[in-house]
Amino acid sequence: MIRDQQLTPEEVIQSFQSAFPKDISNTRIERHTVGMKKIELQHLWLRVSRNAFKDVVSHLFTFDEQPHFVVTSGYDIDNTIDLVYHFSIYHGFRHKEQSINITVSLPKSDPTIDTITDLFPGALISEQEKQEMLGVKVNNIPVDKRVFISEDFPKNVYPWRRDEGVPEQYAKNLHKEKQ
Amino acid sequence: MSQTTKTSYQLPIGPIHPALKEPVAFEFEINGEQIIDVSVSLGQVHRAVEWAARRRNPIQVLYLAERICGICSYCHPMAFALAVERAAGIQVPEHADYIRVIHGELERICSHMLWAGVAAHEIGFDTVLFLTWEIREKLLDLTEYLTGNRVTKAITMIGGVRRDITPDMYPKITETMDYLKNQFEKLRRVFLEDKTFKMRSQGCGILTKENALKLAAVGPTARASGVKIDTRVDQGYFAYGDLDIDYVTPDVLTGEVNGDVYDRIIVRLLEVKQAISLIEQALEHMPSGPILAEPKIAKLLATLKKVSGEAIGRMEAPRGEVFHYVKMNANEQVYAWKVRAPTYANIMPWVPMLKGQQIADIPIVAASTDPCMSCTNRVTVVKDNTTISLNKEELHQKSIEKTRRLVA
Repeated sequence: MIRDQQLTPEEVIQSFQSAFPKDISNTRIERHTVGMKKIELQHLWLRVSRNAFKDVVSHLFTFDEQPHFVVTSGYDIDNTIDLVYHFSIYHGFRHKEQSINITVSLPKSDPTIDTITDLFPGALISEQEKQEMLGVKVNNIPVDKRVFISEDFPKNVYPWRRDEGVPEQYAKNLHKEKQ
Repeated sequence: MSQTTKTSYQLPIGPIHPALKEPVAFEFEINGEQIIDVSVSLGQVHRAVEWAARRRNPIQVLYLAERICGICSYCHPMAFALAVERAAGIQVPEHADYIRVIHGELERICSHMLWAGVAAHEIGFDTVLFLTWEIREKLLDLTEYLTGNRVTKAITMIGGVRRDITPDMYPKITETMDYLKNQFEKLRRVFLEDKTFKMRSQGCGILTKENALKLAAVGPTARASGVKIDTRVDQGYFAYGDLDIDYVTPDVLTGEVNGDVYDRIIVRLLEVKQAISLIEQALEHMPSGPILAEPKIAKLLATLKKVSGEAIGRMEAPRGEVFHYVKMNANEQVYAWKVRAPTYANIMPWVPMLKGQQIADIPIVAASTDPCMSCTNRVTVVKDNTTISLNKEELHQKSIEKTRRLVA
């Protein structure tokens, strides 16, 4: 089992950098100590270009046969939409687990990204959510339907987007209501 | 004469249903009493909390996070606080880390007791529901004693906790833990040895280890399928790294893993025992010191306003890992917040669990993942053009009848 030979966070980052020298940037290893024994929590961050995204995610399997997909976060800044894919490796080993957070930027003019459900079938709900909340288009998503927003909610309104956002009629500002 | 070739029919359950504590819609394909396929639709109670947080500062978000879930009203604000503390570089005092363990484990016991009662109710044992909820009542009394509240606890603060646990409070905690230990044997006999409980839960709603891994299941649902995943052990946050804790999988007790409803009952019961031990250990090894990194809230807010960065907060809630992502842009408000509750990850495993089961098993299989959802009452069976409605009582009755058939 590959997962029995755990790499250090530095080695994991190094492995990503050597496999994708041009596509990885902004790498960061976050360490926090907790409790009396000063146990160290390890969170790894990296940014990846969109064309290498799928290969970078596949690369997780070279560290651990059973990487865990947690969720995808997302937000928009100016003309881009950033998606942050959260994974973890080495669960099942005491204090050895590493969180790996992979950020990918998509231009608002073409907010498409490949599905990762072929690698992580459990990522489906997360991908559906990003489609309806942020207006991202996930290529080859196996079930292309809404998951949290009801079908009668207008198309092309993406609640998490800051540029267009939620039209006024959908938000009830209680502080503006007269008593 | 027209010939009918269709052998299966559709059975929509939800969005409102008694076996689910929050609205969710299932569409079952049924052949006779057997489930052939199932699809799940979520979002009937989406309250846009992540969006609402953009208009609040991090301390206000704590109280919003607390209202995501009534049962996990400690885990959500705490996971949010962990994320903000990491983004801001705040070091939590060790004393507060130990108090955080106690509240986390107390919430786990309350939640597992609540679940045990619901699970018993689903298969027609309402006397067991009253037994488990009587025990839970004592735990809620303890929660009230320690936090001042029974449900929304308001104990979390960024950089620590809001109330101390001092040595003069230990006897009350020990007394409740002793009460729980005395009741544990009774619970173990009811849930693990009762013939009817075994008949309704063994071999029912199986989730294989492979599916649990593939579908990213978390918490007792994943551990009952033999997946060793538990943030408390994997990462050792708070003071868990100092304490004696290990992964709870059903083979610890039975020597084997089946991934069925029975195994999920075993895991939760053993976790109650584990939680009692963790609370006792935390009391024994509790270091002294402050409970907050920064006791002046105005000063804390001023610091948080300058924070720019992103971080994650992870902790093991009763149902599995709760995960919060926070992005801050040197502004008073939070820029982005993503909440991943454990049920979010445990929805997809429902599909392999339910396939091949009977209609009467739907309530107990769905409840076996302990979904964080609320309930009321409507089930509609649509067969060809005819609609038959099964209300809450009728579906519950079907489940009770199955138990009676097995006992007879």
